[in-house]
Amino acid sequence: MIDRRLLTHFDWPLLILVLIISFIGVFNLYSATFGEVESHLYAKQILWIGIGLALAIFITVFDYRFYRDFAYIFYGISLILLMGVFIYHAINPEVSRWIKIGPVFLQPAELAKIAIILALAKYFDRFPKKDGYQLRELILPFIILLVPSLMVAKQPDLGTAISLLLIGFSIVLFVKIKWKSLAIMIIGVISTLPFLWNFLMPYQKKRVLTFFRPELDPLGAGYHIIQSKIAIGSGGILGKGFLKGTQCKLHFIPAQHTDFVFSVWAEEWGLAGGLILLALYLFLIAWGANISFRSKDRFGAIVAFGFVSMVFWHVMINIGMALGMMPVVGMPLPFMSYGGSAVISMMAGVGFLLNISMRRYVF
Amino acid sequence: MRLGSEGIEDLQRRYKVFLIVGLIGFLVLVLRMWHLQIIKGGEFSRLSKHNRIRIREIPASRGMILDRRGRILIDNRPSFEVLLVPEDILDMKKTTEFLHRILQVTPQEVAKRLEANKHRPPFKPIRIQSDISRLHLALFKTHHLDLPGLIVDVRPRRAYNYDHMASHLVGYLGEIDGHELKQSRFKGYKMGDFIGKYGVEQHWEPFLKGMDGGRQVEVDALGREIKVLRRAEPYPGNNVLLTIDLDLQMTCETLLEGKEGVIVAMNPQNGKILAMASHPSYDPSLFAGGINHDDWENLIQNPFYPLQNRAIQGQYAPGSVFKIITAIAGLEEGVISPQEILSCGGSYRFGNRTYRCWRKGGHGKVQLHRALVESCDVFFYQVGQRLGIDRLAKYARGFGFGKPTGVSLNDEKPGLIPSSEWKKKTYGEDWYEGETLSCAIGQGFVLVTPLQLLNAISAIATEGILYLPQLVERIERANGKVLKSYKPISIGKIPISPETLMIIREALSGVVNEAHGTGRVARIKGVTVSGKTGTAQVISLKEDVAEEDVPYEHRDHAWFVAYAPMENPIISVAVLVEHGGHGASASAPLARKVIQKYLNNLKEEGKFPPLIARGRELDSPDSRDFVR
Repeated sequence: MIDRRLLTHFDWPLLILVLIISFIGVFNLYSATFGEVESHLYAKQILWIGIGLALAIFITVFDYRFYRDFAYIFYGISLILLMGVFIYHAINPEVSRWIKIGPVFLQPAELAKIAIILALAKYFDRFPKKDGYQLRELILPFIILLVPSLMVAKQPDLGTAISLLLIGFSIVLFVKIKWKSLAIMIIGVISTLPFLWNFLMPYQKKRVLTFFRPELDPLGAGYHIIQSKIAIGSGGILGKGFLKGTQCKLHFIPAQHTDFVFSVWAEEWGLAGGLILLALYLFLIAWGANISFRSKDRFGAIVAFGFVSMVFWHVMINIGMALGMMPVVGMPLPFMSYGGSAVISMMAGVGFLLNISMRRYVF
Repeated sequence: MRLGSEGIEDLQRRYKVFLIVGLIGFLVLVLRMWHLQIIKGGEFSRLSKHNRIRIREIPASRGMILDRRGRILIDNRPSFEVLLVPEDILDMKKTTEFLHRILQVTPQEVAKRLEANKHRPPFKPIRIQSDISRLHLALFKTHHLDLPGLIVDVRPRRAYNYDHMASHLVGYLGEIDGHELKQSRFKGYKMGDFIGKYGVEQHWEPFLKGMDGGRQVEVDALGREIKVLRRAEPYPGNNVLLTIDLDLQMTCETLLEGKEGVIVAMNPQNGKILAMASHPSYDPSLFAGGINHDDWENLIQNPFYPLQNRAIQGQYAPGSVFKIITAIAGLEEGVISPQEILSCGGSYRFGNRTYRCWRKGGHGKVQLHRALVESCDVFFYQVGQRLGIDRLAKYARGFGFGKPTGVSLNDEKPGLIPSSEWKKKTYGEDWYEGETLSCAIGQGFVLVTPLQLLNAISAIATEGILYLPQLVERIERANGKVLKSYKPISIGKIPISPETLMIIREALSGVVNEAHGTGRVARIKGVTVSGKTGTAQVISLKEDVAEEDVPYEHRDHAWFVAYAPMENPIISVAVLVEHGGHGASASAPLARKVIQKYLNNLKEEGKFPPLIARGRELDSPDSRDFVR
């Protein structure tokens, strides 16, 4: 299967870039959880990165067109697993986003990200429309996208559901939707919103409002945002130094090792550290876009684009939230936030990018 | 076209747009970072020192608990609390000295509180003392300014307007513990919160709790509040209106004063509890600020178990009250007819044992009606013997015995209805027929709770429907809007035919109203009270021991269950007085007073017109035939 020619085309810069960000992530996690009960989390994160890398390498073994053949089956499996989440929750009410298969805990929502990208790529690859799709032709892709998104939102995991929708709509824009169809769709969504709003219970309305305006919840989300802004702002130009961040050390930042990991980084390393991290992400995104651009076929181009958009939206929303510009929603920062499922699914995306990159010359 | 790419030129045309959009996104993040870290860096740097932005809680006041007519049993009053923020303290020694001198809090106690809150989030205040007096407050206020780290806060605290009244029913509060905090039903609760630990307070916790508010404040370097940045108003909890009638409850409590026992009253038409008093009781205000160790030890080591709600946790032999069930089972199974005459010579010989009747001289020739009215033991020994234990048990279970009623109170006991299978399982022995005889008159293995007995008699009083005993009429929001009303819930139908029901009701009326009825003390002028007496043996005694010679703890428990008015019952009562002796003398008078009080109150309110109508009914020829 693995041809010697493939190895010569292996995309080392991409792998090294991802490893650099992952290293920064582990380093930062060490500080974020320093002196805590969970101070060993950085070591576990190394394990997750290792598993993720192994998976990424494994994904490169087979030609990516092989995955195209199984895209719908894989999609079906991820739907079944999402259903399993509800069953598992019914049996274990304390657990709401996970299922356990054998000894392994699995977060099917992360699997759904990959499944949606592959399934949409397969669909658009099979029915190419160079001058853009009409709404009628997008019905199936929207079903592919909305079913798992709604299931994930119901878990409830709003962050991942939004992530799925953003990735899906990015792909639709990428393969081109007719301007007229896009306009109809946007008008349609906007005009039904007030209607849906009236259906919400008062407490649901309140939740939606605080989602967009955290300051309405000064004791919860609003407080966290203020503390995150204080942490980042007090970092100044060069930061307070490794292990010296006071805001995060004193727990004013919730989830300082997952959703608010950027606050820890920017407090300790300041604007300089923040810019370096942003530059690395920008580089990663540009590199991935280049892989998509040079891909030898439509399927590869769409899959690569899907994973690039996944990284992009996660970076935007996570850092935007830490900076107090976005709603507070749990979306991990790629390769920086702690979490096995998130790390592994991101690494799987890297595997697909490597796969597409190294096979672009091979027929 | 590049090498390797085929047919994706249309896609390739769009990368530029996407890259530009992406770059703009990154640029926005960079500008925002610049804004926070450079332009406002100095301000945020100041705020980050000593955590200048903090949250001060404004606890919600817990919902009130009211009686069925809206009279407040439990509400809240302000309590001043002294809190300590260790991070803000400059001189710990001086601070503990001050606490000792002004508030009499020993340094050991302070150390204990600090230790208990080791894992709290930093800067979260620790409660040192709650409910300090106005005098202490004044002293504190004049001295504490030079001691940063000490705060006085006011929070609502439970106020019990009627002290001990209905304390088992309403329950008490306690500080949430680590185990409870982990449970999903306590999501959103914080360390130091008070939750209902018992009774209605516990079961209706989600409604009563309310939503805490708070202030986001900026403090100075010494932790003193400079300004309030934002505020979230607390939202008070919902009010719970009980089915209890305050006057009736007070009557029950007074009647039980100095005794150990229970009085439970219910509206038999819908299962709503009108009063539930269990004595001895406890003072729920001991728990309002977290009960201290000594008080707790006193309560749990008290030999009379004041914390036990005897209405649902006391399991007693039902005594002669159980003859109702035996009679019904006998009639329904056809082993006895209303006309059949059995004779009672004061004792009944079975096997090699003699089973005594409570009346030494015996009742002579008796029919079922008189057997119930005069509570003849020998008659029911024979009915029980004909039935056998398993048929009797089947009927008993049909009346709700042997399992909890399902009332919304924790730790309800199931009682016990024995059967041959049960005995085999529990003791590995066969059932002796002699044991059936004891069970037929409610002794032996049979155990019931007062609430079960009340529920069964209520079903007999009305259409034969067993209702779920309910404690809460409705829940109202703080603004008076009704949030939830509780409808009567039927939990089964007792196994009885209309004919048998008539016979039993006649007999129960006879118990109170006929010349030789055992419950004659419960008679009320103008109203037909029906009921049944019972005496539950604590230990079996030799004959001819005068009651006053029996040691207190060996004296029998006295039962009386009743309902009134017979024709259209609106109240049913179960009374049990522990070691009270005979049901007729110890419990029946209490039941009469409860019924009288309730009917009088209704009359005063003009809500009891049916009484007059029924008086006429009684005088009509057909109903007199009925009474016989």
